[in-house]
Amino acid sequence: MKDWDVTIVGGGLTGPLMAIALAEAGFSVGVIDLVAEKLRKNAGFDGRSYAVALTSCRLLEALGLWDALDATAQPMLDIKVSDGHAGQGGAPFFMHFDHTELEEGPMGHMIEDRHLRHALIDRVAEHPRIETVEKHAVVGQNPTPGGITIELDDGTTRHATLAIAADGRGSSMAQRAGIKRTTWGYDQTALVCAIEHSLPHNGVAHQFFMPSGPLAILPLSGNRSSIVWSETKDLAAHIHGMPDAEYLDVLRPRFGSFLGDISLAGKRWTYPLGLSLAHNMVAERLALVGDAAHGVHPIAGQGLNAGMRDIAALAQVLAEAKERGEDIGASTVLGRYEEWRRFDNTALAMATDAFNRLFSNDNPILRIGRDIGMGVINSLPGMRRGFMREAAGLTGEMPKLMQ
Amino acid sequence: MQANPTTIDPQEVAKFEAMAAEWWDPNGKFKPLHMLNPCRLDYITRQIAEEFDRDLRSELPFAGLRILDIGCGGGLLAEPMARLGADVVGADAAAGNIPVARVHAEQSGLKVDYRHTTAEDMAAAGEQFDAVLNMEVVEHVADPLAYLTACQTLLKPGGLMVCSTINRNPKSYMMAIIGAEHVMRWLPKGTHEWSKFITPDELFDLIRQGGLTPVDRQGFVFNPLTWSWRLSDRDLSVNYVTASTKPT
Repeated sequence: MKDWDVTIVGGGLTGPLMAIALAEAGFSVGVIDLVAEKLRKNAGFDGRSYAVALTSCRLLEALGLWDALDATAQPMLDIKVSDGHAGQGGAPFFMHFDHTELEEGPMGHMIEDRHLRHALIDRVAEHPRIETVEKHAVVGQNPTPGGITIELDDGTTRHATLAIAADGRGSSMAQRAGIKRTTWGYDQTALVCAIEHSLPHNGVAHQFFMPSGPLAILPLSGNRSSIVWSETKDLAAHIHGMPDAEYLDVLRPRFGSFLGDISLAGKRWTYPLGLSLAHNMVAERLALVGDAAHGVHPIAGQGLNAGMRDIAALAQVLAEAKERGEDIGASTVLGRYEEWRRFDNTALAMATDAFNRLFSNDNPILRIGRDIGMGVINSLPGMRRGFMREAAGLTGEMPKLMQ
Repeated sequence: MQANPTTIDPQEVAKFEAMAAEWWDPNGKFKPLHMLNPCRLDYITRQIAEEFDRDLRSELPFAGLRILDIGCGGGLLAEPMARLGADVVGADAAAGNIPVARVHAEQSGLKVDYRHTTAEDMAAAGEQFDAVLNMEVVEHVADPLAYLTACQTLLKPGGLMVCSTINRNPKSYMMAIIGAEHVMRWLPKGTHEWSKFITPDELFDLIRQGGLTPVDRQGFVFNPLTWSWRLSDRDLSVNYVTASTKPT
């Protein structure tokens, strides 16, 4: 009568990763997604990529996924942060994070969405303890004393001891469980694309703080970089509507000419910026992971990394419970996961929000303040290392899979 | 007479379900037990795994082991043992607990043989187990030596008894009686009688007199900051747990 130990709803990146982490710990897992696998496993480069922090890379390695990613992942050796104005160079003070100050090695890797998706789907398909149910929407859920029943759109049901919602920031699993969320938007939209450039990036990531919002230039393999660029909502819509040549004309002066000639290397994307925080990370026989629990501002590329920390923490809590013979869906067990992750996730959302408000501002006093602030941080190695360790995901109580 | 689940009066089932929900509510009446349970399970599972050379990461690590849980209550220890694959008997002297524990095990899809009986009666009937869980019981019995001797009789040669209780000293009086019963009201007043508490040395002596060999003892220590319990090698000042084996 029980189909699996755990049902995971959502087949994006977080869902399959959660499934692999649990299957490796000995659980039987079912992953339910509306979209067919072959559609999700799109081989072409679509311009999307992720800044995967060092600890998240360790998780991928612990789960046996790194071998499939190593060849195409670009190490981030250096991160330069500066305050800038369109058409001008960086401000006189800037922060410079060099990985040689961090004994753990590179601060992270840039991984393209297609490669990560590919590696995850292959691993899920070959894993004997993972079953996928595709092209089906979940229309209901019903916790029972010993488990939770998931209702699909074809009228069939699946039963498991625990359900995990990995269905994104609009999580209908969370909504049906009565979990409230706080969401707030900004009048900003992120423009995302990949570019090819004539000069090498040398593994350096750049973050410029512009009055309209941050601009990140993140190194991809070869002479390519991923661009994440925020503008006010109306201007972003206008820029997004431009033909490629004009789009590049707008982009070019924003970070100068240090990468030489640039051209587009994939599709262009837009994402409205906003925060979406679930008030609880667990409900009866349900745990939320990734954006379903906390959709953060993509300012520092921390969204996927926070989701990966959820995965590592939840996998550890459940594996420990299993070894004790506990009911993995019991509220006492799920409470340990929530306790572990809640503070971290709320702090991250607050910090990215505050960071964005401070930096997306053209007030001259604030500009001077941040230039001095960045100069001070840059001149104090201890403080700089603190920032770097945070960016690399090395702070907070670390799940075993990330150590 | 043992009632099996199918002979329970249907009208009674609803009542038992409500009582089971109460037993298993982590914030309800049995909150202190739920808080202590992960720590108790850590100790029990590791001791059994070590004694019988089982890998806790494997599927059904306790398969083939027959385990007795004395004073099983709602089944807070019996169910985890069954989930790990053991063949479990849960015994309780309080008749009311038996159908409640049965209803919950059924809801959880687990098979546990719950019986209204005592250690002494089972020993007299010649029952034999690989492991006997004797958790927070010895401080409530009238004759600890007779009780521990019965536990020894219930073990197969080479079997393991895990026994926990509360130390007797001024601190345990403050913590277990004033703290738990009067201040926090975790337990009803009068649950414990301080004079019946047993020091670790006294318990080891009683276990030896009963015919078992004590092999390990550790403290259960409550941390009021994290609001959780942990095992300690050194601090046995209030709650503590022991492991003993039956010579082959």
